[in-house]
Amino acid sequence: MFNEKFAMGSSWVHDLDPRLKIIMAILLAVITAVGNNILMLLQIFFLACFFLVSAKLDLKQVLKRLLVINTFIFFMWLFIPFTYPGDSLFQIGPLSASWAGIIYATKITIRSNTIMIAVISLLSTSTISSLMHAMKCLYVPEKLIYLFFFVYRYLYVISDEFNSLHNSMKVRGFKPETSLHCYKNYAYLVGMLIIKSYERSIRVYRAMLARGFKGKIYINDEFKVIPRDIVIFACTLACLSWFVILEQGIILM
Amino acid sequence: MHISEGVLSAPVLVSGGVGTVVGMTIGLKQMEDKDIPKTAIISAALFVASLIHLPVGPTNIHLILNGIAGILLGWRAFPAFFIAFFLQGILFQFGGVTTLGVNVIIMALPAVICYYLFKILFKVINDENLVSLGIITFVCGFLAVFLAALLMAVALVFTEEAFLEVAKVAIISEAPLMIVEGIVSAFCLVFIKKVKPEILKGR
Repeated sequence: MFNEKFAMGSSWVHDLDPRLKIIMAILLAVITAVGNNILMLLQIFFLACFFLVSAKLDLKQVLKRLLVINTFIFFMWLFIPFTYPGDSLFQIGPLSASWAGIIYATKITIRSNTIMIAVISLLSTSTISSLMHAMKCLYVPEKLIYLFFFVYRYLYVISDEFNSLHNSMKVRGFKPETSLHCYKNYAYLVGMLIIKSYERSIRVYRAMLARGFKGKIYINDEFKVIPRDIVIFACTLACLSWFVILEQGIILM
Repeated sequence: MHISEGVLSAPVLVSGGVGTVVGMTIGLKQMEDKDIPKTAIISAALFVASLIHLPVGPTNIHLILNGIAGILLGWRAFPAFFIAFFLQGILFQFGGVTTLGVNVIIMALPAVICYYLFKILFKVINDENLVSLGIITFVCGFLAVFLAALLMAVALVFTEEAFLEVAKVAIISEAPLMIVEGIVSAFCLVFIKKVKPEILKGR
């Protein structure tokens, strides 16, 4: 159910220090999200694509993921050109599409795809556990990291538990349908899952206490920044500063 | 139910981020060391449960369970949803980085509101009466999704008034989900009350 396919490859993007990757991804996403200059957005889109191509990911899988996001964007295209105020470009029946609306929708499309490509190529190429280690180095509160570790660790256990409960329902001839009976059964499934998880959490905590838990989990983090990482990081920062300059219109084009 | 990247304006994103940081600070402060495994494992269960697809007429919907999350976790719903959205972003590329704050608020704030509502209503009703427990949980489950849809609409409209139509359609289209969530939450909590009442202790 949960896999980290994208983290399995080997390329310089995969080898990049996760701490730097997190910083790069956040900066890139923030600049894209607030950017309004379409020329800048296109350039940043190409930067994201450059990371994607360098990561040598399975393009079919990536496109599949992007398709999901773009179905949502597609629905936006049905609305925005017609509801956005501006000069009318063409008319379909009583609806008139505005030029400004189309530009606005285009910007949203570019922004969405850029950030998603950046997340796929920079964050999804690291394993979740190394991202958690990196976040600890970036001063994310420790409690949140511990919580994160536990959620991630037990996600797999709980989803196995869920599958066995679900299978036993199916074996007994349960068929999903739109009825109160079906919802009731699913509700009991969720309830049972919560109860089992609750009981497990008590067992886990007791086991931790038995091993001398004192409110601290020791995380073994050994990250090494190699010279290549610094060069890549510096180049990315240079590109991002260029985008900020372009966005602010400091250099007139 | 979440807003994808690149749609919202900077002020909305920033207010979402600030709100989430405040909520998470309260949530993490309230969480003692002994609560960490409990919070985490129940969050994992809710995360897994939210992947269930329920049939509604010709289509199907997936559960959110933020009502139940609020009742069980209180303010700790903030870190729980933060982690859930982060993992979804990395594993399935749902949601993203800059919208994380807004998306967490959309889910967790209604959860916290339902936590207090449930607490008040639970005191009013007779403890042993399962029918009234079911009714108040239905109200909480319904309200949690309704408020989430409302917050999403607010985020969209504050970004751009032209989104008003999209926002209206979004709220209306979530109506079946609200009802189904209410029903599932009600049965689920009555089941927990019957089988393992100590989970609800202290409410």
